[in-house]
Amino acid sequence: MAFAAHKESFAGRVYEMAAGGAGQAVFGGASALPLHLFEGPVPNRPLIAYEIQDVFPDDWPDAVSSVYKDVSHDPAAWAGFCQDELKAKAIALRLIGTHPDREDRTPDEAAKTVGSVLDSISVPLIILGSNSIEKDGPVLIAAAEAAKGRSCIIGKAQESNYKTIAAAAMANNHKLIAMSELDVNLAKQLNILISQMGFDKERIVTDPMCSALGYGIEYTYSVCERIRLAALAQNDPTMQQPMLGDVGMHTWKVKEAAAPEPDMPLWGAERERGIAWEAVTAAAVLLAGADMLIMRHPAAVGALEKFIDELFTIKG
Amino acid sequence: MALSGIEIFKLLPKTNCKKCGHPTCLAFAMKLAQRQESVDLCPDISEDSRRILGDAAAPPVRPTALGFGSGAVKMGEETVLFRHEKKFVNPCALAVEVKDTLPEDEALRIVNDVLTSGIDRIGQRLEIDAIVVTNASDDPAVFEGLVRAVAAKAPDIPLILSTGDPAAAEAALKIVADKKPLLYGADDSNAELMAKLAVAYDVVLGVRAKGPEALSALTEKIRALGVEDMVIDPGPAGAAEILRDNTLIRRAAVKKNFKPLGYPVITFAQRDDQMLETLIASLCIAKYSSIVVLSGAERWRNLALFTLRQNIYTDPQAPMQVEQKIYNIGEPSEDAPLIVTTNFSLTYFIVSGEVENSRVASRIAIMDCEGMSVLTAWAAGKFTAPRIARFIEESGVGDNLKNRELIIPGYVAILSGALEEKLPGWKITVGPREANALPAFLKTLNR
Repeated sequence: MAFAAHKESFAGRVYEMAAGGAGQAVFGGASALPLHLFEGPVPNRPLIAYEIQDVFPDDWPDAVSSVYKDVSHDPAAWAGFCQDELKAKAIALRLIGTHPDREDRTPDEAAKTVGSVLDSISVPLIILGSNSIEKDGPVLIAAAEAAKGRSCIIGKAQESNYKTIAAAAMANNHKLIAMSELDVNLAKQLNILISQMGFDKERIVTDPMCSALGYGIEYTYSVCERIRLAALAQNDPTMQQPMLGDVGMHTWKVKEAAAPEPDMPLWGAERERGIAWEAVTAAAVLLAGADMLIMRHPAAVGALEKFIDELFTIKG
Repeated sequence: MALSGIEIFKLLPKTNCKKCGHPTCLAFAMKLAQRQESVDLCPDISEDSRRILGDAAAPPVRPTALGFGSGAVKMGEETVLFRHEKKFVNPCALAVEVKDTLPEDEALRIVNDVLTSGIDRIGQRLEIDAIVVTNASDDPAVFEGLVRAVAAKAPDIPLILSTGDPAAAEAALKIVADKKPLLYGADDSNAELMAKLAVAYDVVLGVRAKGPEALSALTEKIRALGVEDMVIDPGPAGAAEILRDNTLIRRAAVKKNFKPLGYPVITFAQRDDQMLETLIASLCIAKYSSIVVLSGAERWRNLALFTLRQNIYTDPQAPMQVEQKIYNIGEPSEDAPLIVTTNFSLTYFIVSGEVENSRVASRIAIMDCEGMSVLTAWAAGKFTAPRIARFIEESGVGDNLKNRELIIPGYVAILSGALEEKLPGWKITVGPREANALPAFLKTLNR
């Protein structure tokens, strides 16, 4: 009995998207299972964006905040450092300081930050709210206006606030991140709701909600796999949006990523452990279908880029 | 592909005799197709049919053991490509390589790292499962010496003997054959001699060829030489080929029941860059390798890979659970807060993490709710006032407290009245809905 390679091709295809202007940082577009270059078109590498925020990152563990200690007091300097020194292909600005439980910065202040960051970079910008359902609406309206003409990706629109945020994205010609909570059907439903507002479904990025390694990554992993299978095998246009893995935020708050080695001697070197925690989480969501990742540590991003290099090199 | 119910039905006697315990042969056939019954229950089936059904019922990836006795690692038996379809069965073994070109004390230091690699996580013991001893010296005597030293230092851990030289293989097998090592390996140049050794010493044979097609031809040849148990290596040159080869092999086995590739896969993940190696190993864990070979047993990497393996191999239908008991965070005094929640592992992790962040020494009463989260358990009648009250009383935790106060999750605030009735002498306090509000809540508790 001879071996016959059982290759799978699909009618469905993930929408291809450019962050920023045309031709800038293109991602998505595959008509094959994640990274299955051997059996179908995977035209673009996954895009990794460096995460920065509008306030000093005193909520990040030292292992990662120390990398940015000279620039993180100023979001524009921080963004410039990521672009120029770390060769970031995109920047993700999280307006965490607007959260009512934190600095409670105003939409106007957020808009100024967005403006100064955009002035300091030429790579595409992703603009994220603070995940406050009430506050993200006004903050992202102001941010979207401040970024008009720069074709950003803004988010995250959720079931309870998507109308305001989608309208702000549409009015200012930005793309939109739609986030639902670890459920294939909720992800699909939110895409449908946003499309029904007249928002172009090919300008939506789906965030099925990331989780950290050891803290529910298996849920994210399987939801991503199922969304991608629906996009490809069922050719479902409401599931063909490229997917986002918001990795850094979820990984750097878990104990394993940041506990000092003297506290946890069985867990090994603190520096490598934190980087590995972020990189392995990112690799898992990549293998499950993420097209875009948001990450924090340059060494984790560096390892991912090498990993992606290998995944895009077929020799034999 | 496994046989359909109708195909199986055609092979049965069609007498509807009910001796198998099912009303009709068709009903029995359907159970067989779902692998829920054994064909042995039918007393009247023909020998031919029994053989056909036996072959078809065999798991598409052959069950194979690495090592011996209680330390043996089960491999194979996988039935799906995606973990949401059905639980991945046997978590892959993580192995660390020692080469016989290393100075012996250096090699034994790595062996010691392996022996001390164990950690406990959610009630599971996680550790490096096996050691690969590689004959990089090309000298059988040197190889034999290191195998002897490793086996003496680590007598219970499964061994993988990596050599293409039958003389070196036999020298090593003479020492450790009773430990049922994996002999890796056979290739096109040495298949007959290696197969002979595998049969003579009754060990699993690792088989290597470039790509699934050449590999399947080689396993067929070796099977004809009398070797039943194999572990296969398609020799991928990089991550793209690991993903390609492992996917094509798993598909051939699971979707086509293609026996020549129905064996566990071994993948060598070593890279000069340790972080890249960690990601290559992650790919192997997620995508179908049964043995992943690493260059060392660094603790930071072990923790990440053990955790990923545990997560990927979790049953998607059965949430991870932690043990029901009172967990101390820090060193709680008799004034420390007592928080109750359910035993869904994520609930436990997130709540305990936030309590740790608060730096307020506390007790967390984790109650067995079959691994459900708070709201699900409440809705399912598992996390109710009478049950919580009984758990708290039986735990005896009240004896450690000066003031009997129990903090309940904000989502079940509705239970506070009933709980005060069921727990006389206790004060019930409603905590925050979300765990991330716990640090602020604990700091403002007035004590």
